[in-house]
Formats: sequence, structure tokens, C-alpha cells
Amino acid sequence: MLRYAFRRILAALPIALIAVTLCFIVMRLAPGGPFDGERPLPPAVAANVRAYYNLDKSLIEQYFIYVGGVLRGDLGPSMTFYDFSVSDLLGFGIPFTFMLGFSAFVIATIIGLIAGVIAAVNQNRWPDYLLVLIVMVGVVVPNFLVGHILQLVFGVYLQWLPAGGWNGNISQLVLPITVLAWPHAARISRLMRGSMIEVLGANYIRTARAKGIGQRLILARHAIKPALIPVVSYLGPGLSYLLTGSIVVENIFGLPGIGRYFVNAALNRDYGLVLGTTILYVVVILVLNLLVDLVYAWLDPKVRYS
Amino acid sequence: MAGITGKDAILTRYAARLDELDRAKGQSLTRDAFRRLRRNKAAMVSIVVITLIVLAAIIGPYFMPWTVRQVDYTAFRSPPDWSKFHYLGTDQNGRDLLARLLQGTQMSLLVAAVATVVSVTIGVTYGAVAGYIGGRVDAIMMRFVDVMYALPYILFVIILVVIFGRSPVLLFIGIGALEWLTMARIVRGQTLSLKEKEFVEAARAGGARTRTVVFRHIVRNLTGPVVIYATLTVPEIIITESFLSYLGLGVQEPLTSLGTLISNGAAVAEVMPWLLIPPAVVLVTLLLGLTFIGDGLRDALDPKDR
Repeated sequence: MLRYAFRRILAALPIALIAVTLCFIVMRLAPGGPFDGERPLPPAVAANVRAYYNLDKSLIEQYFIYVGGVLRGDLGPSMTFYDFSVSDLLGFGIPFTFMLGFSAFVIATIIGLIAGVIAAVNQNRWPDYLLVLIVMVGVVVPNFLVGHILQLVFGVYLQWLPAGGWNGNISQLVLPITVLAWPHAARISRLMRGSMIEVLGANYIRTARAKGIGQRLILARHAIKPALIPVVSYLGPGLSYLLTGSIVVENIFGLPGIGRYFVNAALNRDYGLVLGTTILYVVVILVLNLLVDLVYAWLDPKVRYS
Repeated sequence: MAGITGKDAILTRYAARLDELDRAKGQSLTRDAFRRLRRNKAAMVSIVVITLIVLAAIIGPYFMPWTVRQVDYTAFRSPPDWSKFHYLGTDQNGRDLLARLLQGTQMSLLVAAVATVVSVTIGVTYGAVAGYIGGRVDAIMMRFVDVMYALPYILFVIILVVIFGRSPVLLFIGIGALEWLTMARIVRGQTLSLKEKEFVEAARAGGARTRTVVFRHIVRNLTGPVVIYATLTVPEIIITESFLSYLGLGVQEPLTSLGTLISNGAAVAEVMPWLLIPPAVVLVTLLLGLTFIGDGLRDALDPKDR
């Protein structure tokens, strides 16, 4: 198990480096720079500014300076929010974004698993059909549309919940988390339903029934753990969807996460902030995938030895 | 030679009959699939609805009393008004919503088609080549796919927007170029099993070049999974497009798309709900229909997955 973990970590490092390089190259291919304003700066000032941000050096030098900084944990200065470093800005936005993403993740996973089990046990009866309908809406309707409709119905017409904003009130998170969690819960319940139906049809479950074990005990003791395997493999990508998906939710509900910074930074060619955010996401996603792989190896010993 | 004993005639008839039996057997898979698809009511209704929407988007604008850019100075923010031929009302600038809706649908469909073609082309080529050549080449190519999977998709798309933002078609070629990963994985897996089949060996023994074997013998046999996956890619790209347009990063005025219309409509939905409802209905109908068709095709062509 330890050796497996070690191998996976070693494999993740080059992926992170390649991702950083890719983002760096793509960002620099874009036409225009962060200091191309309406009024051109005087040449002397422009030269000084470019020198301060190392933009006067060759691309290769810039790359090595940047990667060296990242390895030391320094993501460089922001080029549009003067006097702030990228790490400062991430520090303002990331905690909220991650809090939102993780809460949605936990809630959606729990709801999705329970719904999947209920649908599998009641296969082709009304709870199953109801679930299929809810899943369809969650997967098919884009989250910005769901967000706006919920905001209008519950925030504006019924006035049950605040329509947006954030000043520490939990009720302001209900709608954003619902919007984020819905598609995730939908996919999980669909996976869980499928694998649960398969497991419930297996011979050892029939044996357990033949021995006279009750439905509840069969589910708890024999069926749920093996049925979890395909679900676990979706959790990693699912969480990364949630964390990046919060960009649009933050924009709809006016929440102070990293999403809004990122969109503006990309439009203003703020190389530092865009690269910093992307790198942070890449690292988080890699770590999550690593965790998922380890859980997977724990659930299914075949994986460890392949 | 023929005609002396009549044996040849009998043999020929027999051979023709065998041929016919063989042909019928060869067709029956496809025919079976069509029969199954025709029995799937959701998929059939979806095909009709999607065809109608596509036709309306292509032909409709020629029959409209108002053009997309025409401003009706007598009707700003007018709710649906049949006497002035504003069947769905007008927006804040006095432009006819139905005309804009048709044009927006056309744009959304166009970018989805372009991006899907790009992603299928890249994915099939990449997967077939990796799977057929195998060995170290395969390992390196698939490791690259893993790296791309680790990148936060939405962030990368936003960076692409910055590069290609002014040209919607280029932008969606870019999005298609990011969307091919799953396709490549599916195709590679299928290629691995196909290349062990006798007909591939026969082709190789007959002296066919690698390129001919891959594109004529292997890719041809992948039609089923490719068609299914492409049908499911179209709605995904429509969602991505509308999401970007929603953030104000996609299609730019005076052109419009479903996402742009929804974004504009959502901003004023409280006072002018007629601007939000029609584009939202069209978008959801398109996405639902395409998903039903994709699922129907999968069930029809690959019934063991049910």
C-alpha cells in the first residue's frame, strides 16, 4: 500500500510541471499584454514597468524565473491589482470557493448515495422514475439557468431565501450549494443505482437472502461496499468539477470567491493571477485524484498490484 | 461449361442464396438497432423535435418580418405583440426576440457542430493511432491524455477565450481541441481489441499500409461508439458555449447565441420575463432532446449496457 502511494506521488509530480508549462505557454501566446491600456504609457515608464515584472527578459528566462518562484511557493505579483501578490489575492478568494465547493461535495455525495440505493431497491417503481426525472434535470439543464430560476423563484417571488450576496449568513449559501450540488448528486445517484442493481443481482446476495438475512442487513453488510467502487472513481473528477463550477455560481449569487477574479484576470492578461489560480487548481485536483486512487486501492486490492 | 448438367445453375443459385442469407445476417445488426431505436419513444420524439429546431434555425430567419439588427422604434421592451409581428416581444433595444432567438439557436448549433467535428476527428485519430501502434508510443500518448485530464477544463477554456475571443468559430475549434480526451480513450480501448481480429491480420497480410489499416479497417468498425459519443458531445459543447456566453466571454454582439440571450434575459427577468423564458425553453429542449437521442442510440447499438 505504501509503495503504491509512493509510486502515485512520483507520477503526479511531472504532471504538475507539464501543466504549469502548458499554461505558461498558452497564456503568453495570447495577443496583448497587461499594460496595453487606452492611453499608452510613456516609453520610459513602460520600460521600467516591464523590467519590474521581468517582461523584458526572454520567454525562456521568464519561464525559469517563474517556475523557480513557484517551487519556493512564490506565485509572483499580480499585474492588474497593483501592490498585491497573487498569493494574497488567492488568500482572499480561495477559502470561500473551497468552502462552497467542499460543502456542496459532501452534501451532494451523501444525497446521491442514498438516492441511488433507494432507486436501486425500488427498481422500476415510482421512486426510481422520480429519481430519473430529477437526475435528468440536474445533468441536462446548465447550472447558470438553474441558478437564475431558483434565485427568481425562491429569492424574488417567494422571498424564502436571500437572492444573493454574502455577509456570513448561512441561509445565503442554501441556493448556491443547491445549484452546485444538484448535477453532482445526480451523477452519483445514477452511478450508485447502476452498480447497486448489479451487486443485488450477484450470487452471494442470493446466498445471503437464502440464509434468511433481512433486507437492511444485506444492504449494510454485503451490498453497499462493493457497489461503492465505481462511485469512488467519479469522486475525484466530480470534486474538481464542483471547485471549478463554483466560478459561475459565484458570479450569479455575487459571492466573494476566486471565480470573479479569475474571469477578470484572464480578460486583462494578468499572467500572474491566471497562472497562479490555474496552478493551484491543478495541484488540488492532482492531490484529490491521488486520494481517490488510494481509496480505490483500499477498496479493490486488484488495483494495487497491476 | 455452364448448362451441360445444370449443376452450375444449382450451385450458383445455392451460392446466391447463401450470399443472401449472409447479407441478411450482416444487415440484421443495423436493422435490429433501428428497430430498437424506433421503439424508443423518447428518442423518436427527440429526433423529430431536434429536426424541427434545426430547420427553424436554418430556414426561419428568411421568413421573419423582422431582421436581427432591425430596431422597431415604436416597440421597446414590448411583451409579445401579434399585431406588430413581434411574436415573442422585443428587447430593450427594440429588436425582435424571435428573430434573435432563431439566429442565436443557429449560432449555438453551428459552434456545437464545429467543435464536435474537431473533437471527434482529433479523438478518433489519436486513440486509433495510440491503440494500433501500442507499446511505448501508446504509453506516452495516453500519459499525455492523463495530464490533460488533470487540467481544470473550464479555466483552460477561459484562457482560450482570451486568445480566440473575437472569432467564435476559432474559439470553438479551440474548445473542440480540448474536448477529445474521452473520445481518444474510448477509441483506443476499442482499437486494442479490434487489432487482434482476423480481418486486420488479413489486411496486413495483403500488404496494406499501417495508415490504410487504421483508417479503413479499424476506424470504420468504430462507427457505433463514435456516433454515440459524438451525439453526447454536442449537448456538452452547447452547455460550454452558453456558459461562456453567459459570463460574457463567448459570442459577441451583434451576433447572439442562446447563452447570450439567457444572460441578457436573466438580468431583467423580474420585469421582462418574456426575454428569459423562450431562449431557456429552446436551450433545455435542445439539450434534453440530444441527450435522449444519445441514450437511445447507445441502448440501440449496445444493448448489453442497459
